[in-house]
Amino acid sequence: MVRVDGRGGGNSLVRVRGLDKKYQRGSEEIHVLQGLNLDVDAGDFVAFMGPSGSGKTTLLNLLGGLDLPSAGSITVAGDEITHMSAGKLTAWRARHVGFIFQMYNLIPVLTAFQNVELPLLLTKLSKAERSQHVETALQVVGLADRMHHFPRQLSGGQEQRVGIARAIVADPTFLLCDEPTGDLDRKSADEIMDLLGRLVREHGKTVLLVTHDPVAAERASVVLHLNKGVLEEARKVEAS
Amino acid sequence: MAIPLTYNLRSLRVRWTSTVVAVLGIAGTVGVFVAMLSLAKGFKATLVSSGSPRNAIVRRAGSTAEMESAVAVDHVKIIEDAPGVERAGSGPLVSPETVVIAAFPLKATGTDANVQVRGVSPKVLNVRDNVRIVSGRMFQPGLNELVVGRYVARTYSGFELGNSVKFGGGTWTVVGVFDAGGSAFDSEVWGDAQVVKDVYKRPANVFSSVTVRLTSPDALTGFKDALTSDPRLTVQVDREIEYYDKQSRALTQLILVLGTMVGLVMGIGAVFGALNTMYSAVAERNREIATMRALGFGAASVVSSFVFEGLCIAFVGGVLGCLAILPLNGLTTGTMNWQTFSHLAFAFRVTPALLAGGVIFALLMGIVGGVPPAVRAARARVAVALREM
Ligand SMILES: Nc1ncnc2c1ncn2[C@@H]1O[C@H](COP(=O)(O)OP(=O)(O)OP(=O)(O)O)[C@@H](O)[C@H]1O
Ligand SMILES: [Mg+2]
Repeated sequence: MVRVDGRGGGNSLVRVRGLDKKYQRGSEEIHVLQGLNLDVDAGDFVAFMGPSGSGKTTLLNLLGGLDLPSAGSITVAGDEITHMSAGKLTAWRARHVGFIFQMYNLIPVLTAFQNVELPLLLTKLSKAERSQHVETALQVVGLADRMHHFPRQLSGGQEQRVGIARAIVADPTFLLCDEPTGDLDRKSADEIMDLLGRLVREHGKTVLLVTHDPVAAERASVVLHLNKGVLEEARKVEAS
Repeated sequence: MAIPLTYNLRSLRVRWTSTVVAVLGIAGTVGVFVAMLSLAKGFKATLVSSGSPRNAIVRRAGSTAEMESAVAVDHVKIIEDAPGVERAGSGPLVSPETVVIAAFPLKATGTDANVQVRGVSPKVLNVRDNVRIVSGRMFQPGLNELVVGRYVARTYSGFELGNSVKFGGGTWTVVGVFDAGGSAFDSEVWGDAQVVKDVYKRPANVFSSVTVRLTSPDALTGFKDALTSDPRLTVQVDREIEYYDKQSRALTQLILVLGTMVGLVMGIGAVFGALNTMYSAVAERNREIATMRALGFGAASVVSSFVFEGLCIAFVGGVLGCLAILPLNGLTTGTMNWQTFSHLAFAFRVTPALLAGGVIFALLMGIVGGVPPAVRAARARVAVALREM
C-alpha cells in the first residue's frame, strides 16, 4: 500500500513524515517540499510525476540519503536516516539504496563488469563471490555478453541496463530511479521499463521512480504527483 | 574495500597530456635535486679519499690550509722523532711538502688553468699508500723531474712522458704518471720538494706542511699530544682524512645549500603542476566522484583514491628524474679548489641512497600536490554534484 496522507501503519518500508526542504538562493528562499508524507511498502512500484522544478529529484535525494531535509523524518526499514552522521549515512546508502540515474553515471574507465562490481567492493564478499553476483546481475539485465565492454562501447539503453545491474547487484532495500528513461528513445525506454517491472514482479524489488513520461509511469502500480511541495495521488489530481 | 586502483590508473591514462606535464615537472625537479646532491657527494668523496686514517698532517698552528702554513726544517726533525711515526728501512715515513701553483694549458680549450704543484719527499709513495705510479717511474731526488696525476696527464697538454715543461723559472722532465684513486692528488703535479723550493726561490729551511705515516690509526693521539705539548713547536696536527674532510666542507655545503634552494624552488613549481593536474582531474570527474559517494564509498575512500593518483604521478616522475641523471654517475667534472684556486677534478656520485632520497622527495611533492585536490573531491556535496552534467 502506498499512502500520502501520513496515516500509514507502523510497518511501511519507507515512511516519510512532514518532510520539508528549503533551498537558499541568494536572498531568496525556495520552499521545495512542504510537509510531505509518504508510506511505501516492500514490493511497491511508485512513480513520481510533476512539472520541472517541482522537487522530484530533491525528494529522491532525500530518500536516498544524499541530502538532508530542513525538517521532518524519513524512516527506511526501521532506520531513521534523517539524523544519521555523514559517515553512517554513507554506509547506510551502500547497504540499502540502489541508484539509477538519468545519465547512467557509469564510470567511463571501468568495464561493465567493474562498474557493476563497485557496490560489492563495499561488502565482505570474496572476489569469487563478487564475480558470481556481478554475472547474475548482468544476466538479469541481459548483458552477460557485454561484461568486458566499456561504457562508450555500449548504446544508451545498454548503458542504462548496466546502471540497473549496478543498482541491484548488492540487493538493496529499494531502488531510486531519477528519470531513468529520460535520455532514451521510445523502444529503449520501454525495454528499461519492462526490466524495472520485471524486477518488481519477479524479484520482489521496491522501486521509486521519477519520470516525465506518462507511458513509463503507467508501468508503476501507483502514480503520485508532486504538487506545491506535497504528494497527491494521480486520480485525485485528475478529478479536481 | 576502497575505490579500485584501476580507476585511478586508467583515469591517468585517459588524461595523459595533463598527467605527462605533472610527471615531467616532478622528474625535472628530482633530476636537478639529485644531480646537485651527487655533485656534493662526489666532491666530498674526492677530497676525503685523498686522506688516509693512518696519516697525520702537521701544519703551523692557526693555518686553515697548507698554502698558508709553514714548518721549519728543524721542526721536521722533531716531528720525525715523535712517537707513533712509522719507520721503514729508509727511516721515518715522513714527507715534508711545499705547495705552489702553476698554470698549464688545458687540452680542451688551450687556455691556462691553475694546477697545484706539490714538492714532496722521495719517500712520499710509502707515506701515501693510495698513490701509485702507473706509467714511467718516480722522480729521482735532486733532479728537475715530475710525476703527474692521472687527471692532469689527461686534461693538460704537454705532460706526455719524457716531455719537458717549463714553469716557475725551471725546466722539468715528465718521468711518470701516478694514480691516486680519484682523490685530489690526481689533479696535482709532484716533484722533489727541495728542487721545487729551489726553483721557486723559497727559503730552503721551510716547508708548507709535513705528512706523517703513523704506525696505526690509533697512534694519532700519542703523536699529536707529543707535538702539541712540545714547547719548541707551534703546530697543529690533524688526521689527514679529517683535514680533507674540512677542506671539502665549504664547497660541499655551498652545493648542498644551492641544491636545496634550487630543489625547493623547482619543487614549488612542480607541486603547483601536480596541484593543477589533480584539481582539474577532480573537476572533470565531479560526477564520477559523486556517483561513487552515492554508491556508498566514504569520504576517506575518495581522499585516498585521489592521493594515490597524485602519488602515482609523483612516483613515475621521481623514477624518471633519477633515471635521467643516472648517466651522470662517474662523470668527471672540475671545480676550483677554493683554498688554492687550482683546478680539482671530481666525479658525480649517484648513490642508491640519493636515488631513494630523490624518489621520496618526489612522493612528498605528490602528497603536497595531491592532498588538497583529494580533500576538495571528498568535500563536494553529492546531491549538488549529481545535478551537474
Ligand atoms: N542546491 C540547490 N540550491 C538551490 N536551489 C536548488 C538546489 N537544488 C534544487 N534547487 C531548486 O529546487 C527546485 C526543485 O528542484 P528539483 O531538481 O528537485 O526539481 P525536479 O522536479 O527534479 O525538476 P526536473 O523535472 O527539472 O528534474 C528547483 O526550483 C531548483 O532550482
Ligand atoms: Mg529532477
